Amino acid sequence: MSGDAFAGKVAIAGIGATEFSKASGRSELHLATEAVDAALRDAGIEPAEVQGMVTYSADSNPDIDIARALGIGDLTFFSRVHYGGGAALGVMVQASLAVASGVADVVVVYRAFNERSGNRFGAGVQNRPVVATAENAQFAWYSPQGFLTPASWAAMFAQRYMHATGATSDALGWVAVADRKHAATNPNAWFYEKPITMDDYRDSRWIVEPLRLLDCCQETDGGQAIVVTSVERARDLPNPPAVVRAAAQGSWHGQDMMTSYYRDDMSHLPEMGLVARQLFATAGIGPADIQTAVLYDAFTPFVLFTIEEFGWCGWGEAKDFVANGNIEMGGSLPINTHGGQLGEGYLHGVNGIAEAVRQVRGTGVNQVAGVEHVVVTAGTGVPTSGMILGVDR
Amino acid sequence: MTERPDHTAELENLVGSAAGPPQLAPHAVNEAMIRHWVEAMGDTNAAYVSNEAAQALGLAGVIAPPTMLQAWIMRGLRATVEVEAARASGRPAGDTATDRMMTLLDDEGFTSVVATNCDQSYARPLVLGDRVVVSSVIEAVSSVKKTGLGTGRFITTRLDFAAVSAQTVGSDPDPTEIFGRGEPVATMRFRILKFAPAAVAQHKGAQTLVAESIPPALRPRPAITQDIAYFFEGARQHKLLIQRCAACGTLRHPPLPACGLCRSFAWDTIEASGRGEVFSFVVVHHPQVPGFEYPLPIGLIELEEGTRIVADLIGVEGSEVRVGMPVMVEFIEYDEELTLPAFRPRPEGAT
Repeated sequence: MSGDAFAGKVAIAGIGATEFSKASGRSELHLATEAVDAALRDAGIEPAEVQGMVTYSADSNPDIDIARALGIGDLTFFSRVHYGGGAALGVMVQASLAVASGVADVVVVYRAFNERSGNRFGAGVQNRPVVATAENAQFAWYSPQGFLTPASWAAMFAQRYMHATGATSDALGWVAVADRKHAATNPNAWFYEKPITMDDYRDSRWIVEPLRLLDCCQETDGGQAIVVTSVERARDLPNPPAVVRAAAQGSWHGQDMMTSYYRDDMSHLPEMGLVARQLFATAGIGPADIQTAVLYDAFTPFVLFTIEEFGWCGWGEAKDFVANGNIEMGGSLPINTHGGQLGEGYLHGVNGIAEAVRQVRGTGVNQVAGVEHVVVTAGTGVPTSGMILGVDR
Repeated sequence: MTERPDHTAELENLVGSAAGPPQLAPHAVNEAMIRHWVEAMGDTNAAYVSNEAAQALGLAGVIAPPTMLQAWIMRGLRATVEVEAARASGRPAGDTATDRMMTLLDDEGFTSVVATNCDQSYARPLVLGDRVVVSSVIEAVSSVKKTGLGTGRFITTRLDFAAVSAQTVGSDPDPTEIFGRGEPVATMRFRILKFAPAAVAQHKGAQTLVAESIPPALRPRPAITQDIAYFFEGARQHKLLIQRCAACGTLRHPPLPACGLCRSFAWDTIEASGRGEVFSFVVVHHPQVPGFEYPLPIGLIELEEGTRIVADLIGVEGSEVRVGMPVMVEFIEYDEELTLPAFRPRPEGAT
């Protein structure tokens, strides 16, 4: 199994972030540098000890610029992972492989952008230059038709899923309500002290039917960084290690970027199932051994798909699983205890890694009792990834 | 009298929001624009055009007229006309807080606008070579007021102006970054009244005139590689083509250079019957992009040959579309370059 090379051998020793806002007033590179600086301070590791840096291919901030800005010295490992938010734990696979193999002793993962005040993902591909690369040509099937935005691409999945499973709009609403409930008690969340009710959800305007405004994550300015090192080293550092029990990537037959509409079935997320099976096999545990999960919530419907792919319930049953507070604090599987990307901020999933670390440390603002293992998942509808973090034993 | 929509709560939510991302002046402070401005305004102060005169006043050189402040960040005639046309056609011009506010006010019936106050304060004069950048905040939205012009709301926007040396601005500048490092030079409070006009019909006529003076926006162009060109050429001939593996006969869409089942690179195409069913669909409401009409229903169509394709749904309201609905292709020539298949509901069993 792919994760055996590093599972249990590496840990997250530090996390750091900027504030999450709608207009940071500073450059993306400034945000990235601040986040890395904060994560290294949290870890108690000097910049000169960093040997590896990993980010998304979607990130605009060169690792070498951050390295120069912070006095990070020689780098022996630098890598980037593709497919937007699907990279969220792919970067952890890279960092973990590098640390476990001895290629780099300390690796920093980072992601930073002005995704609200700068280049807004929600605007979609309307201004994409018409250079005939394969990646641009993919949009030939969508953008001239007006099918331009991530919300619309996710909505196409949601409609078919709702048709196949009988899930109603309220099932999506439960996800939004849970995220916003958790954000309401998180001072770092954009929607701090702003919970919503199911009526608020039902009253929110259409973005792309069947998705409403409150089904869609925020657009956020900010940066988040993660420091990865060996478990042995982490044990000598100030914070308790958050041990990487498993991390994995997955791309399934017939995979497209956001538009895997051509498989026989559109009401599963098989690439996420592939990730889930690897994670549980590597960690040697099952769905019942997870106390809380950070599930990628750019759009609410995929949270339902993800719950089913991880086996917390059967296919088509997520609509009932998420209802009546079961995914809120006190439920059987509290998710997105920081408020998720609907409530805290959209950091392309990396703020979710930080929340998983806090849950393992026992320092979450909404701390789940008795946390042993936390699942974190990455972007949905794209080649994706996931991770299980655990307490050090 | 019909009920006026009341967006007080949503408008109050926008107070304190950045009106939009920071805007960078298109040009550095320069002699030519200063000269045009002072001549148009009839301002004869020599400090605006003569270094000697400026130095006699103890300045280092020519300064820009302080009240010219806003001229440096104006977007120009073309952009202004486009925004007005978008608003006249009922589309929001963008998704800044100002755009949302204007849309809400329009919806309340307050479609006319008049500027009522402009207060400026200056930290230092602008000099040649300054590049101005401005960040705006919606500072206040009043309750509904009755005025001599009509009923409406007063809106106050605060604009914070900063400047950097134009030499430090690269070829692909980030206004947010520039504003962050700029030196504050001035602040301006701008108050407008958005109101319900007395003579609605006359006003709408004027807006229509603006809209008609602009050519309609085109749909986004597809990026076409050698792998996919056949489809768009076929569409121009009103043929719906599906790629077929020449070795094993498997149909595939979207097309690829080789067959995932038999690894053959050889392929040809077949012409689809055009009949299919809605496998899934969406109705797009937002964001609204020039070139399209909203709400926009879009279908994932399963063709009777077995492949699926995303296409616009025509002749049907979004609320009427159902999964499984039988549809038939039609070709729409949007402009000289672009013809696309769209699908219209067909009676069950019709050919």
